[in-house]
Order: sequence, then structure tokens, then C-alpha cells
Amino acid sequence: MTPSLPSAGRSRSIAWRLTLLLTLLLTIAAAGTVIAALSYGQTAATRAFDRLLTGAALQIAERISVVEGETVVDIPLSAFGLLSLASEDRIFYRIIGPDGETITGDESFPLPDDTGDAPLLYDTEFSGEAVRAIRMQRFLAERAVRGPITVIVAQTLRARSELANEIVARAVIGVIIAGGVTLALALLAMHLALSPLRRVERAILARDPKDLTPFSTSTPREVEALVAAINRFMARLDKRVGAMQDFVADAAHQMRTPITALRAQTELAMEEDDPDKLKTLQRRIRDRALGVSRLTDQLLSHALVTHRADSVTLEQIDLRRVAVEAEREARRTGGADGIELDLPADPVMVTGDAFSLREAARNLITNALAHGKPPVVLRVSTTRDGQALIAVHDRGVGMNPGQVQRIGQRFARDGSNPQSAGLGLAIVAEVAEFHQGSIETATGKDGGFEVGIVVPLAAALPATTSKGDAA
Amino acid sequence: MIRHLAILASVIVLTAVPAKAANASETITRFEAQAGQSSELVIASVTDLAFMRPLIAAFQRTNPGVSVSYIEDTSNSLDANVSRACADRSFLADLVISSSIAQQVRLVNGGCAREIGSPVLSNLPDWAQWRGELVGLTYEPAVMVYNKAAFSENGPPRSRFDLIDLMRQSGVLNGRIATYDIEDSGVGYLFAFQDSTEASTWGRLIEGFGRNNVATFCCSSEVIDRVADGRAHIGYNVLGSYALSRAENDPRIGVTLPNDYTLVLARAGYIPREARNALAARAFLELALSPQGRAILDGETRLLTPLSGPDTLARLSGDEETAFRPIPLSPALLVSLDRAKRARFLSQWRNSVTPPLP
Repeated sequence: MTPSLPSAGRSRSIAWRLTLLLTLLLTIAAAGTVIAALSYGQTAATRAFDRLLTGAALQIAERISVVEGETVVDIPLSAFGLLSLASEDRIFYRIIGPDGETITGDESFPLPDDTGDAPLLYDTEFSGEAVRAIRMQRFLAERAVRGPITVIVAQTLRARSELANEIVARAVIGVIIAGGVTLALALLAMHLALSPLRRVERAILARDPKDLTPFSTSTPREVEALVAAINRFMARLDKRVGAMQDFVADAAHQMRTPITALRAQTELAMEEDDPDKLKTLQRRIRDRALGVSRLTDQLLSHALVTHRADSVTLEQIDLRRVAVEAEREARRTGGADGIELDLPADPVMVTGDAFSLREAARNLITNALAHGKPPVVLRVSTTRDGQALIAVHDRGVGMNPGQVQRIGQRFARDGSNPQSAGLGLAIVAEVAEFHQGSIETATGKDGGFEVGIVVPLAAALPATTSKGDAA
Repeated sequence: MIRHLAILASVIVLTAVPAKAANASETITRFEAQAGQSSELVIASVTDLAFMRPLIAAFQRTNPGVSVSYIEDTSNSLDANVSRACADRSFLADLVISSSIAQQVRLVNGGCAREIGSPVLSNLPDWAQWRGELVGLTYEPAVMVYNKAAFSENGPPRSRFDLIDLMRQSGVLNGRIATYDIEDSGVGYLFAFQDSTEASTWGRLIEGFGRNNVATFCCSSEVIDRVADGRAHIGYNVLGSYALSRAENDPRIGVTLPNDYTLVLARAGYIPREARNALAARAFLELALSPQGRAILDGETRLLTPLSGPDTLARLSGDEETAFRPIPLSPALLVSLDRAKRARFLSQWRNSVTPPLP
């Protein structure tokens, strides 16, 4: 996992996203309104001018009469005056007698397909232009003329489309103004709503990089979790930095003391002539050297474990394999001949870092060899509550309650043993913590003492993997 | 400059060659282009050439490369030719100008015209244009012409009411009234039809005409001739342009704008759909409505324009209060052309005007 900073170019601000979304929504709403206005404008214009057509047709129909046995149509001026309200439109009319003969008007004007007798408005085309027409019938029941007289009045569509366009244009202007105002208000509202975020941002930017105290800025609920996480992280960082500083100080101190002692003893040895005393001094020097060596080893091991806890990817591992390797390693570094392994038949899978766990086991073994009594047993098992245990058992008296309490503290050795650096159990504790486990101690019924790590079992894996691990 | 114009005028006179066309009633006059000819403008009109000559001259001064063919015809013949051309989608003229405005409206209503598309149109009053295709070019009142000698005592009638009263006085005007034969003349029919819709005086007027044995004629000039030489005392509904320009040169006649109302006709022009030189036609229309064209039309031809008409007419007619009623170029004019309507109107006219056979 390479840590990657979000690149400034690709991460879009919330404000930018909101603006985009709001604009998009408003555009959709505006487009919808315009489409609605378009259809409404058309309908309104059609209705308005259809009334004119109907009125004109009615007026003409009213003036149809039978005089001396002949159908007479006296087109009233008012009918055309009415149609002339659509001042730019051409007018057509046709009046057909009961026998289908055109009495007057444009003989070629098309009739509607429908042949009912109810007034009918229809769209057609005449003399090269689209027209709207009405067909209306009047029934004459005179002695000489019986039957329907068909009146057709038609008009071109210029005034209609002008009215429709005007309605639409007004709607569009309204929509644009309303949309603009809404967008401006929405952006203002967004600006106000997002101001706490900017406050947090400013607080973070203004902060001294060394200042790891939590933020006290009041934050909106939406970013509370974020700020809390930052605060938690900073607390952890603070703790770790503190621990590191303590460790470095402690380590320096711990190293200085034995090295000073070693030097003093070496100087003593150089001035000593008595071979017996020299022998004693040499032994002491050797013990010191061993102690320093172990201390160095443990310090490095501790530093490594601490570092791994921060950086290593956890994987599925079998604790039995960890135990076997730890035993082998302990044997190789010497003084660990009498270690027994007590392993279950089935794999004990945990999620963890093999190196750290092995270090922990090795330290447990070293501890048992140094302070306990053989036989030392390295045991792996699963506990009843579904946890994995890796522990070292010996026949010694074990730790007293005070020591148990101090497990995990660094350099918590008792002064009696110059070889102990007091870091072994600290490493174990660290590994346990890093694996979300804990250190467990137990005093056996037979007087032995057991100390180990309990870590959660990994979720069950496919059988093949576990078989492979077991092999 | 004046010399220049004089030469130009003589050139026009020389190059204007009247030619009898195949159609018996029409006369084609050609005005050759002043400079190397680039295009031709064909105008079909019922207006007497004498009236249009100054306008054509002005047009050729600004468009020296355009030759003008002027087809003059009677209104009914022109209407028939134009209708046929429109139906066949064939070319007849680039510009059709006629005083039979109802027929012009019918042609435009039938889709024979094309959009003129000139900004000049927006200056025109609404009544003087339709659809941006038909445009009124003149402002010609329907006037009464009278013989000055005949009315030297009591003065001429000033309104239709005066005329009706005069006609009721037995014998005064018997056989002395002249007007259009509305069956023969498009303008006469239009004026009569408008009179019938305008006021209730129409019924009494035609009754009076009948009682006084009105004489009817095809054309304004004949009516004016008769009034001038005294055979008629009064001419009713004569086209003002002819009457006014004649009255200026003929001291025997006077002109009255009826003060109850005066109908005004705007000779209308449109560019046919099949025009070949619509650009020149538009330029001609724009010229007619320009200040220069207005000056020509307001001048001796007395055709006037819809823009300048009301003021000029008020000046010419003295201080009389006259209600001008321009006949709007609108599809309402189609009613007057309706077959049934026309037949009824004419039969009513005949019944009133024609004296019953003895």
C-alpha cells in the first residue's frame, strides 16, 4: 500500500459538485418548463383562434337562407372582420349546398375525411400553406331546399404561431430569470452552508505541524466524524511520538550503563595481575558483553516489531508454523536444547505478521529459559472462546503478581539478572497489542508457569490453503 | 443640373415606345435603361401611364441599369391575366399595381404574392399593408365633382346628405348625375360596396340615383368630362387623383370631399411569387414610399401616399372637417368579391338605378 495524496486537480470540491448538480437540476427543470410552455402555448393559441373560426362559421351559417327556391348565402362582413383579427392570415371559405355543389367560395378547398355533421376543426393544406379549417353544417328544411349546407372556413396559421411563440418566449424569459435567481440563491445558501468546512480547513492549515493537540473548532455534524478521526489519529501519533521519545531516551540510558560498566571492568582487568581475580573479571566482562548483545538484539527487535506494526500487511498464517520456526531459531542461537513443542493436529490460523509473532515466541522462550526451569514447552492451541494461543510453559515459580502487572513495560527487569534487558515481554506485549490480542499468564496445577499471547482466530479459510500450511 | 435633367427627360420621351400587345386591351411601354442594361423591371398596372411616368423616371435615375416595361391594362383584364399567371405559376410581371384592391387582396390571399421584406413597410399605417406582401402606394379619396356654373348660386353639395336633399328636389338633377358603372368598373364597385357598409345613406342614395336617371360610365375621366362640359352637374364617387389634377387645370369643375365621410383608396402593389426581378420591384416600391417618391406622388399627379395623404388632402380641401375612411387592405375585402354577395349587390343596384322599362 503506497500512500497516495489525492491530487488537487482531480478531487472536486463539494461546492463544485453542488454547483454542477444544482445547475444540472435547474437546467432540467427549465427545459421541462419550456417544453410544457411550448405545448401550452400551442394549445392556447389554437384554442383562441379556433374560437374565431367557429364564430365566423356560425355567422356565415346564420346568413344562409332560401329565397324563391334558391339557397342564398349572404356572407356577412362581420365574419371576415372577425377573421381579420388575425390580421396577417389568409382566409378561405367554401359553402356547399345539399347537392354537393359549391355555392360560393374556393371550390377546391379540401373537405375533412370525417363525414359527420358535428362541427369539426381540422388541419389541412391549401394554396401552398398549412391552414386550420372548420366544417360546420346547417340543415335547411324548406319546401324547395332540404338537407345540409356545409360551411367551411379556414385560416392560415401565422397569427397562431405568433401567439404561441409569444407565449413561449415569455415563458422562456420567465424561466431564465427564475432559474438565474434560484441558482444565485442556491449558490449563496451553499456558500453559507459550507462555511464551517472552510473554518475547519483554515484551522488545519493554520496549525503548527508540531502541534498534535485535538481540534477544538466547533464543527457541523456532517464532518464531526472526520474531525474526530483526525483528532484520534493525532492522539495516536502523539502517543507514538511520545513513546518513541521515551524509548530512545530509555534505550540510550540502558545502553550507556552496561557499556560504562563493561569499560570499567575491562580497565580493572587490564590492571589486575592475580590470575584468579582476572578470571572472575573476565567472566563478568563476558556476562556484561552478553547482556549488551542481548540488549541490542532486543532493542532492534523491539524497534522492528514496532515498525512492522505500523507498516506490514497482515496475512493468514498458521501459528504452528510460527512455533516451529521460533523453536528452530531459539535452538540455533543456542541454549535452547530442552524445548518441547506441543502442537495441535489442525492448523491454527490467525491474521497476523509471521515475523512479529515469531519474535514474540522467541522472546517468550528466551524468558522461560532465563527465568524458569526446564522443561520448557512451546504450546499452540485454540481456546474455548475461539481464540488462538501461543504460550511457553516452564516448571519455574513464574512471576509474582507485581511482575505480571508490569508486563509490557519496557526495561522492567529485576536487578538480579544482569543479562536481562527487560525488553522481552515488552516486545511480546507489543506484538499482542498489534494483533488485537493480549498477554495471558497462568499458573499450572502442577506448579508450572505459563505466559503467552492470545489472538483472535482468523475466519475459516478454504481447506486447501490450510492443508498447504499444515504440510 | 437642370440642363442635365432636361436631356434625361428627352431621352426618356424618345426611348419610351408604346407598343400594342397581342391582348387587345393592354399597352406595353418600354423605357430603355439609361446605362448599359443589366436587368428589366416589368410593371403591370391599371394606372394611366401619365400618372406613373414621373415615378418611373425617378426610378431610372437611381437605377440607370434597369429598363422598365410598363403594361397598362383595364382592371378586369389585368386581374384575369394575373390570376391565370398565378394559377399556371408563370411569369407575368415583377410588380402588379392596381386600384382594384379587393382583387389584389384576393390574389395575395390566394398565395400569388411574395414577401416584400422591406423596412419601409414598418412606416406604413396598418390599413395600408397586408401580410408584408401587399402594400398601399397612394391615398386617393372618392370625391364628388361638380360643375361650378351649375352650382354658382347655392354652392355645391358638401355631403351625401346635401346630395340626397338635392336629388329629392324634383327635376333639379334629373339626368345630371354621373357615376361609375359599378358592374364595369372595379373601383366603382368597391366604392359602392364600401358605401353600403359604411352608412345608411346608401339606400337613399341609390334610390335618388334611380329617380334622377343617373348616368353611369366606365371611367373617372368620362365622368369628369361630362361634368366639365355641363352635360352632368355632379359626378359621384370619382377617384380623387383624377378629379384633383383635372380641377387644377380646368376652371369649370370643382371637387368636394364629402364631409360626412370620405372613402380613401390606396392603390395596392405586390410582387408576384414568380417575379424575375423582385429586387428591382422592391426598390421601386421603396422609391414610391421614400421622401422623393412622396414628393412625386403628392405633386401634380395628386396620387398622394398613405404616409403624406391625410395632411396633403386636408391642405387641398381647405379647412373643411372631413372624416377620411381609408379602405383597409384586409381579407374583409374578399366579401365584396364573393360571387353570391356580388350578384345580390349588383341586382340591388340594378333594381334601384335602372329605370323600370316603360
